[in-house]
Amino acid sequence: MTLSKIWVLAEADGDEVSSTTLEILTKARDLADTVECVYGGDNADDLAETLGEYGCETVHQTGDLDGALVGVPLAAAIAEAVEAGDGPDAVLAATTYDGRDTTARLSVKLDRTVLTNVVDIELDGDELVGTEPVFGGATDVRTKITGDGVAILLVRPKSFAAEPCDGAEADVEDLDVPDLGAAGGAVITDRHVEESEGPRLDEAAIVVAGGRGLGEADKFEMVENLAKVLSGAAGASRAIVDAGWVPYSYQVGQTGKVVKPDVYIAAGISGATQHLVGMKGSKHIIAINKDPEAPIFAVSDLGIVGDVHKVMPQILEALASR
Amino acid sequence: MPLGEFGCPKLCESLCHGVLSGLMNVVVCVKQIPDPADPGALDPDTKTLKRDVKLILDESDSYGVEMALQLVDAAGEGEVRLVSMAPNSERSGLSTALAMGAASATLVSDEALVGSDALATAKVLAAAIADQDATLVIAGSESSDGYTGTVPTQIAGVLDWPSVTAAKAIEIEGDTVKIQRQTDSGYDDVECPLPCVISVTAGVVEPRYPSFKGIMAAKSKPVEEKTVADLGLDADQVGWAGAGQEIVDIADAPQRESGEVIEDDGEAYTKVIEFLENLKVI
Repeated sequence: MTLSKIWVLAEADGDEVSSTTLEILTKARDLADTVECVYGGDNADDLAETLGEYGCETVHQTGDLDGALVGVPLAAAIAEAVEAGDGPDAVLAATTYDGRDTTARLSVKLDRTVLTNVVDIELDGDELVGTEPVFGGATDVRTKITGDGVAILLVRPKSFAAEPCDGAEADVEDLDVPDLGAAGGAVITDRHVEESEGPRLDEAAIVVAGGRGLGEADKFEMVENLAKVLSGAAGASRAIVDAGWVPYSYQVGQTGKVVKPDVYIAAGISGATQHLVGMKGSKHIIAINKDPEAPIFAVSDLGIVGDVHKVMPQILEALASR
Repeated sequence: MPLGEFGCPKLCESLCHGVLSGLMNVVVCVKQIPDPADPGALDPDTKTLKRDVKLILDESDSYGVEMALQLVDAAGEGEVRLVSMAPNSERSGLSTALAMGAASATLVSDEALVGSDALATAKVLAAAIADQDATLVIAGSESSDGYTGTVPTQIAGVLDWPSVTAAKAIEIEGDTVKIQRQTDSGYDDVECPLPCVISVTAGVVEPRYPSFKGIMAAKSKPVEEKTVADLGLDADQVGWAGAGQEIVDIADAPQRESGEVIEDDGEAYTKVIEFLENLKVI
């Protein structure tokens, strides 16, 4: 049994469709006969080929939003389509800023729950069941969406592998945005991009991450240097992001980015559940921490009980002399 | 949306008062959660988080409280008010926020709330906020136990207000608030009319430690306790009845095998090099 129609919230950086959109499209193909996208913007023509390749048949786009944050107008437009009888059985979005905003607004408009932090989705008859990891992934909770109406799910990035299905370029159609009133008042006036060198944290094959065990902000340089030598990306635990040592964009974990690199090196990270959720899908994990009881060792393939201030410079030196 | 309709006329009246009179009333949503260092477990019978452990103020919310206190300080008048929803009249987390400097709190505590999903939580908090004469509502981006991250925006949805999530800086100018909103690649400057709901990311301000004087003062600050009925909500809109989702099962997740753990004898770095060599990373 499959649903008849799913709408996936498409997100893009310029003309490049986000990888999480493609992951969710891939899963949606298993769940519904027809998979379509909704998009807050006016450049769906540039995304239609890629979206089509991953199984999207039609992209419903809002058109130019004049700088408005996506959530309010897109949710209002989806809700209006649903009320007109043109809506889907389910709306799937990624756990991103706009994904959360849109589904949260939509849930109020439709008076429907949002199933959040979903890492797997299955069908039980015509009801969707989502799996959500809790306690840092130690426990899986499977939750069914009940009642009549649209099922709304927020899916964590990297939950599914993106696989194309050679679909034809998607059609592009307009999605009418109703009058938003005061709620639509938040507008972006300027954008700032904080460029970082090397590969993106959530796409890098190697991630070197630092935590509070580094002792002070300056020592994060060791993490960045090792990441650079290994052509990887530098990441961080929530503790040192909250402490202001590095920007939020470095954060790996429940709050922050989910990474699944080939190699994850955790330097001075104890492995709070918050952090483990974001990195324990890594293929290989190396951990360096002075506390032998640190939870990070329970998920590591190679654990070094030692002082990061000694071991990291030794690794850097050994690599430099090669 | 029954609640939006229910809350509106009263709301507009109180808001106009708040904004036009220049009083800065910042309402902060705070959650009291089990200590993340000792998170407890899910009760397999009730399928809710065991809450017999002591609850504390969610650290994520301490940033919201601090941000609100700073905004009121900058405005030179007004106050910070708290709203919270918790079982068993729990108020230890509220005490922390009151000791930091919040003026008062509204606590919604009702057995009917057990099992509430994020949407029901938002309906309850929005109803509690509607009485608060709020210029602005601040919440953490997501709680440190539930992590849905949808409640602030859902509150705004119920109130039909604009909202901005993931704010790392907030500045109020007249009837507008200017926000730096975190993005994947940096941040956006966003402008939003008041009243609105803003969620703040952790680490944007340094939450103050409650002073001894603050802790003593907190004991006499008003905490008004309300039930679901007091807020004009029906019991079937909240709790398990209103949840719209049902837990099917709770199971241990497959765990990674832990590998070799060695004590550094000064040469352990060679193990790391070897490991990377075997993977042909270097």
